[in-house]
Amino acid sequence: MSTDKTCQLLQRSVISGWNALWVIRGHLGHRVYLLFALTGMLLPLAAWWWLSGSGMMDKVFMPGPVDVLLRLYSWFNDDNLLGDMWISTYRVAAGFTLSAILAIPLGIMIGTYRPVQALLEPLTDFIRYMPAVAFIPLVMLWVGIDESSKIAIIFIGTFFQMVLMIAEDVRRVPITQIEAAQTMGATRSEIVSLVIIPSVKPALLDTLRITMGWAWTYLVVAELVAANSGLGYAILRAQRFMQTDKIFAGIILIGLIGLAIDQLFRWLHRKNFPWLYKK
Amino acid sequence: MDIKINIETACKTFGDGNIIALQEVNLNIGSNEFVTFVGASGCGKSTLLRCIGGLETLSSGSINVDGAPISGPGVDRAMVFQHYSLYPWLTVIDNIKFTRLLQINREDITSADVETASGRADALLDLMGLNHVRDAYPNQLSGGMQQRVAIARALLPRPQILLMDEPFGALDAQTREVMHDMILHVSKLEKTTIVFVTHDVEEAIYLGQRVVVMAPRPGRIDSICPVNLPAQRNQDMKLSPEFMQQKKTILTRIRETAGMHTDLELLARMTRPAETNQ
Repeated sequence: MSTDKTCQLLQRSVISGWNALWVIRGHLGHRVYLLFALTGMLLPLAAWWWLSGSGMMDKVFMPGPVDVLLRLYSWFNDDNLLGDMWISTYRVAAGFTLSAILAIPLGIMIGTYRPVQALLEPLTDFIRYMPAVAFIPLVMLWVGIDESSKIAIIFIGTFFQMVLMIAEDVRRVPITQIEAAQTMGATRSEIVSLVIIPSVKPALLDTLRITMGWAWTYLVVAELVAANSGLGYAILRAQRFMQTDKIFAGIILIGLIGLAIDQLFRWLHRKNFPWLYKK
Repeated sequence: MDIKINIETACKTFGDGNIIALQEVNLNIGSNEFVTFVGASGCGKSTLLRCIGGLETLSSGSINVDGAPISGPGVDRAMVFQHYSLYPWLTVIDNIKFTRLLQINREDITSADVETASGRADALLDLMGLNHVRDAYPNQLSGGMQQRVAIARALLPRPQILLMDEPFGALDAQTREVMHDMILHVSKLEKTTIVFVTHDVEEAIYLGQRVVVMAPRPGRIDSICPVNLPAQRNQDMKLSPEFMQQKKTILTRIRETAGMHTDLELLARMTRPAETNQ
């Protein structure tokens, strides 16, 4: 009878523990979080493994994780994997940096001064809706087919979005913060440098993090069309030789590099804006 | 009485001139006076305060400080907002010293002035009871603490006028009482002229030497009520018959000017169908 009771109690505590997990906007312990995160990552991996090994799909179209790992190894040994990764990362970094250097001051100006907004925002909005991919033929005619053409495409793909998003970030600086500075006798340039810029920094870094993802998308587009090196190019060439495992490897690599850069941005955020993380 | 702020036929319209926020407002505010403004929403009390602060410009009329018309915001008129005015990236002490950051760039300020300001920041930190949170960030503080930081920051450059726009509106009743006595103390200590906007009549009477009742549509001064309480206020006075009477008078006046009635007959009629349904 006592074991019966223990059983019941155990059952009840398991049920209540399970219920506690699903509290709306509830709290999740570190370990439980890790458990769920790992399940979310490993479940698709296992499904993929099973699907490729089950024989339901042709190996040529659905290579397994092991095939992809082996291909990655041979790509690293016999081919120039690191070179491909390097050149792709370089193109993204160059296009993205160029875009950020111009977009940050421009976005701040648009978000701060109405005349600049009226002058530039409708135009930027218009260009933003033009598909960056459609500029590729033009870019190749104007810039040629060397490195600068890929950088130009990444620039076109990210710059206009970036300008508008940063302008919006600046407009979201609370007006009370600005008015408080005015009543303390701050000049216009002091308001920009001492209030608007420090206030917008966290949102701005988030905007950069998000547009970085788009930069990788445009990199692949650029390399699919006009390159003879890089991860995107490797993916395209692999298709020609029916190397689906290499396509998989290339896509996963880009995902991993993206994830790493994203984490780097998040780390920078925590490092630079401690007030947002102290409670 | 020395006149500190002189408001003359101040008018302010919004839109195409069809919304009249302020209509011919005339008022003199004395040096080191504590004046409070109450009124139904839309009566223009906040607009008037923002005009004195230089954040809004009048459509016509003038506001003079020490006899000179104001043009835009100035360091002589500090302003405390209801909330969100602190800089979340600066610690409490750096928020308080923010004005120093501005002045240090100016050539007419000597290093001795900066030193004094530094000592004053510490003094204000003490006065506001903020010493233990000196290096905390604003979002680590309670609402009451945050407003103390905002007040300390406003007081740092020794403003002659302190403009307060419902500064305690978001605080709970107990914290607000503490803040009331604190701000009365400050006004006595610093000899600051304080213009205080609130929707809380009790607060207006407790703090003000005069309560200005404003009326909406168009925004205007309805009446001015001198407060007949001893200069040294204490919380018990809120229970005195004089206080209650004045509160009742002002509340009635606000209700009348707002054009709202708590018509019991109307209420009864509204609830009747529900009763018959049962």
